[in-house]
Amino acid sequence: MFRKVLIANRGEIARRVIRTCRAMGIATVAVYSDADANALHVREADEAVRIGPPPVAASYLQVDAVMEAARQTQADALHPGYGLLSENPALAEACADAGVTFIGPPAHAIREMGSKIRARQLMREAGVPIVPGSDGEVADLTAALQTARDIGYPVMLKASGGGGGIGMQVVESDAQLEKAFAANQQRAKSYFGSGAMFLEKYLEAPRHIEIQLLFDTHGHGVYLWERECSIQRRHQKVIEEAPSALGDAGLRKRMGEAALAAGRAIGYTNAGTVEFIVDGAGHFYFLEMNTRLQVEHPVTEAVTGLDLVELQLRVAAGEPLPFDQAGVALNGHAIECRIYAEDPVRMLPSPGTIQVLELPTGEGVRNDVGVESGSVVTPYYDPMIGKLIVHAPTREAAIAKMAQALAEYRVEGIKTNLPLLAQIVAHPQFQAGATTTDFIRQYVQNRKES
Amino acid sequence: MQITATMAGTVLSIPVAVGEAVSEGQDVIVLESMKMEVPIQSEVAGTVRVVNVQVGDFVNEGDVLIEVE
Repeated sequence: MFRKVLIANRGEIARRVIRTCRAMGIATVAVYSDADANALHVREADEAVRIGPPPVAASYLQVDAVMEAARQTQADALHPGYGLLSENPALAEACADAGVTFIGPPAHAIREMGSKIRARQLMREAGVPIVPGSDGEVADLTAALQTARDIGYPVMLKASGGGGGIGMQVVESDAQLEKAFAANQQRAKSYFGSGAMFLEKYLEAPRHIEIQLLFDTHGHGVYLWERECSIQRRHQKVIEEAPSALGDAGLRKRMGEAALAAGRAIGYTNAGTVEFIVDGAGHFYFLEMNTRLQVEHPVTEAVTGLDLVELQLRVAAGEPLPFDQAGVALNGHAIECRIYAEDPVRMLPSPGTIQVLELPTGEGVRNDVGVESGSVVTPYYDPMIGKLIVHAPTREAAIAKMAQALAEYRVEGIKTNLPLLAQIVAHPQFQAGATTTDFIRQYVQNRKES
Repeated sequence: MQITATMAGTVLSIPVAVGEAVSEGQDVIVLESMKMEVPIQSEVAGTVRVVNVQVGDFVNEGDVLIEVE
């Protein structure tokens, strides 16, 4: 096992990794920008190294600065967390060059899944269903218009290098596509360094269901069931649950096996997630693969009883998976709410100082947070300040527990989405499990306008 | 007419200049905060009289960014 792990991340996920390392007797190194000099993850790690000024491009996205911190502190492994450099193959390669174990998949797997166009191609070859769409890149507007007419509007225009909802847009007509193409291509170029665009048929109101995978380096892989993440705003997840409200064991098995095939097709190791969209008829289509730990991994931990970070560390250190598919438990139901520093009505960011933070407690209630009373939420980073996770024997009981926990959650000094979360959890359609990706637009925003 | 910031964040771009005519609903400032770009529109048609901010400035919610007459 490793002696010392450097965590190339910040906030709640850095603390999450520190927690498991500590339990395993592994020393930890935090890195931080000037904006995070007083952050909890910096204080909790055994050592901390400054890597630059506040903007991510000058600090947390600097591969050289992160690797220099690893060298200085003689860390023998690096955990990338999620976001930031986690899906940048350059970091995995730099680790390999420096003799530091990257706690994640090999660089080639990150690179292949990082190109959505390449990923679609690989999945088609592996027999994994993909959303009908363009055969590779659409080179220019003319090609895009032709493809869109072939597959039929509405279509989703997407950036091959995209993520987090950036560079993607639903278009319903030639006129809209003409307006959207250049703008999204430009955004994709500036955010991801590539303006390669492709088109997919836009499925109305699907569910977003993803499969958690775990592979060791000895050729063994398992799927740790599904998570449903249909409650989204701006294509970003807000509430996740495990298992899906669909509760279809046959579908779970088919999706799990398709996800394993996807992972095997690219020689995957460590933890990863295959995202699918599922239509009303139970057909599922590959969306993308996230080659890292997910934000919403705690709901999987709750229902399986596993510590995913510990398993990541063990398989990265070369240990074989300690169980097979038949040994994966599925107990009860878990729900996670992402707490965002944002105006609950307009859904716009709300940075500032947290005057008071009081977290709900109780059996089956878990808080993964990156802040405390007195923390300054800066405009430099993601608006997510924490995650609230509940676990109960049934979905109904989990919803009741979440409603109670949200009512106890207290954040003063900044605006948060807590009122929105409470509204969703109390909604009869959510309680009935009628959760689709247009839920917020359909039930929450409409109600506000009426 | 004062155009104010709808959120705290950094001024990413200023697509208009003093003396320029703007129409109602036209983007006059783009703010960025927490990985999100938010364009701020002019609520009226008119001429830009004052630009109070520069690209890179940090602004708070409610700060006056631009005055349109």
